[in-house]
Amino acid sequence: MKQVLSLNINGHDRDVMVSHEDLLVDVLRDQLGLIGTKKGCGHGSCGTCTVIIDGEAVLSCLTLALSSQGKKITTIEGIEKDGALHPLQQSFIERGAVQCGFCTPGMIMSAAALLSHNKSPSIEEIKIGLSGNLCRCTGYVKIVDAVEVAAAKMRQLDAAQKGA
Amino acid sequence: MTTDDTKRYAWVGKSIPKVDAAAKVRGKAIYTDDISLPGLVYAKIKGSTVPHGRIVKIDTHKAEALPGVLAVIVGDPTTMKPYSVNNYLPTEQALASGKVRYYGEGVAAVAALDEKTAERAVSLIEVEYEALPFVLDPREAMEPGKPLLHDFAERNINYKGEQDFGDVDKAFAESHLVMENHYYCSYVSHAFLEPQSVVADYDTVKGHLTVHTCIQLPHYFHQTLSRALELPMERIRVIVPTVGGGFGGKTEATPASLVACILSRKLGKPVKITYDREEVFQQNKGRHPAYMRMKMGFDPEGRITACDFDNTLDGGAHSSWGFVTLWFSAALTQLPYKLPNVRFRGRRIFTNKPTTGAQRCLGGVQVRMSMESLLDEAAQKLGIHPFHIRMVNAVETGHQTQAVFDVRHSELKRCIETVVAKSGFCEKYGKLPFGRGIGLACGHYSTGGAYLLYKSNRPHSTANIRVDTEAGTTVFVGATDIGQGSTTVLTQMVAEVLGLDLAEIHIVCQDTTLAPMDNGTYDSRVTYGAGHAVKRAAIDARDKLFGIAAIKLDVNPEQLECAGGFIYATYSPKKRIAFREAVHQYLSTVGPLFGTGSYTPPQPSGDYQGKLIGPTPAFGFTAQVAEIEVDVETGKLKIIKYWEAGDCGKAINPMSVEGQVEGGISMGLGQALFEEMKMSKEGKMENPNFHDYRIPTTMDMPEIDATIVESFDPTAPFGNKEVGEGPVGPVIPAILNAIYDAVGVRITEVPVTPERILRALGKLDQPSKNKL
Repeated sequence: MKQVLSLNINGHDRDVMVSHEDLLVDVLRDQLGLIGTKKGCGHGSCGTCTVIIDGEAVLSCLTLALSSQGKKITTIEGIEKDGALHPLQQSFIERGAVQCGFCTPGMIMSAAALLSHNKSPSIEEIKIGLSGNLCRCTGYVKIVDAVEVAAAKMRQLDAAQKGA
Repeated sequence: MTTDDTKRYAWVGKSIPKVDAAAKVRGKAIYTDDISLPGLVYAKIKGSTVPHGRIVKIDTHKAEALPGVLAVIVGDPTTMKPYSVNNYLPTEQALASGKVRYYGEGVAAVAALDEKTAERAVSLIEVEYEALPFVLDPREAMEPGKPLLHDFAERNINYKGEQDFGDVDKAFAESHLVMENHYYCSYVSHAFLEPQSVVADYDTVKGHLTVHTCIQLPHYFHQTLSRALELPMERIRVIVPTVGGGFGGKTEATPASLVACILSRKLGKPVKITYDREEVFQQNKGRHPAYMRMKMGFDPEGRITACDFDNTLDGGAHSSWGFVTLWFSAALTQLPYKLPNVRFRGRRIFTNKPTTGAQRCLGGVQVRMSMESLLDEAAQKLGIHPFHIRMVNAVETGHQTQAVFDVRHSELKRCIETVVAKSGFCEKYGKLPFGRGIGLACGHYSTGGAYLLYKSNRPHSTANIRVDTEAGTTVFVGATDIGQGSTTVLTQMVAEVLGLDLAEIHIVCQDTTLAPMDNGTYDSRVTYGAGHAVKRAAIDARDKLFGIAAIKLDVNPEQLECAGGFIYATYSPKKRIAFREAVHQYLSTVGPLFGTGSYTPPQPSGDYQGKLIGPTPAFGFTAQVAEIEVDVETGKLKIIKYWEAGDCGKAINPMSVEGQVEGGISMGLGQALFEEMKMSKEGKMENPNFHDYRIPTTMDMPEIDATIVESFDPTAPFGNKEVGEGPVGPVIPAILNAIYDAVGVRITEVPVTPERILRALGKLDQPSKNKL
């Protein structure tokens, strides 16, 4: 039996029709048109479906839509602010961290969750933070670099805000 | 621009972010599975549960009776014509009829209102098989009396080939040293992250089919659809959405793409099929496992006197890129070293496994593994340094191989010198503490093939440009961007010729109705071939504008240039007219402004079996060094650091080049260390998921130091050559050579698991199953 469920996604409450077995990734993609969240394996092993739920990076292909009720869900579509790209999005573009782009949204969401907990991660910590997100194109070199660059930029922005 | 005047370039040679990167980081890029059309329905395929069997009966009644099911189809030899990528020895069908040849081969399909209903219906289909004996090992499959997959293929030999250049036996007899060894290169898959997906939309009124799918070669796919569906090409439109990685794996029609078309034609509704990850692995078309014997002769200085290469390729169940891979493996022995005598004996064998096909550095990974390993073995015997044995043999500009491949430009020696200097190879080789080692290997790859997959003399790339005041500059070109960045580099090239800003150039590609024919994204040919086509089209349009500008500025049109949005006189730059203004004048006084350009590669001039495959307009080169550490107690291997120096001609976009090199090394490293498709004794793939088929993660990647060696190929549109495939080749042998330096054992099979290392060290005693 399907039921109406209200999910808080990217700051808005959205009503969706779900059954007990529906996965969050499918609800995001098929019902809400949030196709930036990808489905690369369906088994929780590639990371392309990563979203942020209550501040933590979560695999939406292993998450039941029903269990997401009452939580704050952020997808790749929700990390821009007033039309301005998130520093991670900007650095992924500028540092050449994007090739086919299929891993990119999940990679950025994992990196965003990492940077929300650790503002100055070491290269090793970045690697650990992204180790659940597969990329077949880049060899990760430019991705790790982009996260480092974005982290520095975000620290600068933080400092400027505090100063102001 | 036939000489290297790169310092004057505004866009070529600059590390420009990819033109589609912003859409991708915002989650706005549309991949095939993201497409939804009005009235879209979903289909699923029922895969076989035996690796070889006759289909006795398929009962679809229960599936048909399930509410929401719209159609159920089964394999039918009259409506599902056999196909292959080049229509040579076509063996594959949308759905198998008669018998199945690998576990997972489709036998029936269901279209339903939603995906879950289609899945449920597929599970209700009952198939009865008469199980047939099967073969999984190509060496066994060739033996007399073994079960045959296809009636036409005696002893399961799909294709075999021989090449002889010079007198190999005489050269061996006269050689100072002759070395020989056997190597096994493993069964791996592309593991692109986007599973193949298709949306087929047949208009029953117009009799017209539109297919949206992630395909690297829309032109060949278009032809396959036309033949298999018996529809003229002009009634089919192939649209390629954003492609989530290909690496060769999206070069052929998937059975699902044909099934979706058949169902859409039957129902008059758009039909979507997206593979799950297990289906992606079962459809495979990845690298051919190879059982290789490499034999080479040497003079006292280490010069190669002869090369004798024997290669048995495991083709899996169907033809795919089989004969191309076989001949490529022959062709790739011809370089990057000077070989006066060469012999090749090869065969591609059918087995009851997921089919192998084209994977990045096709044919090259196998050949490089054997040749670069044996070169080090010979150097050791001769008492010559691995660096010197490569320098003495490396090809130079102007070299012609025995198979009549012209190396019009090579900086291989500088690549070797650079990578050796940067890595400290000479200071470290043979001098690191036990357990730690360093290895060197070289490679090359073709830059665009000289052949079409069908008999035709037409250009391999074509481009049209429309210039006006409404849409600006629009380039129609058949190239497919699979993530490597072709749209970006083609934009840079057109902006360079016309002196415009990148944002003023709009590329329309990946659509067989809008964009003219292009061979497609394979064989590292796009930046070179499609690059020539767009450059020529841009020059064609520009020269028309120069005619108008010359009158306006009172200058000879040959003394005009484009830069910064202006057309100006070369020798009196103050005389200028805005590009936009010149376009306006042209439209008012002459009419519509179009330019066109095409590219046809030089044709092969050799006269031997397989001559069409291998000769290419240019070759990219690469030299690589791996420093590694082996734990002799556990057999675990760690890559400490990796160096590469490459000759890709002029790098149109250095940041993109680095990305190709780093990604290529990563793919090579995965195959070297842990990737392998494993088959059970029952002929079923044991690890069709990313938990058990592990590809490199952030934690597996060493620091990579990649250097672009300054270079310029005068035959290329802007001096550029390939970089997408060559860098994969040397990774395995660089690591194997480093292992020898570290612990003194020669490993000849990949992946180099801890078990293989311990066995080589004599700490385990079971024999290897893949040893020839």
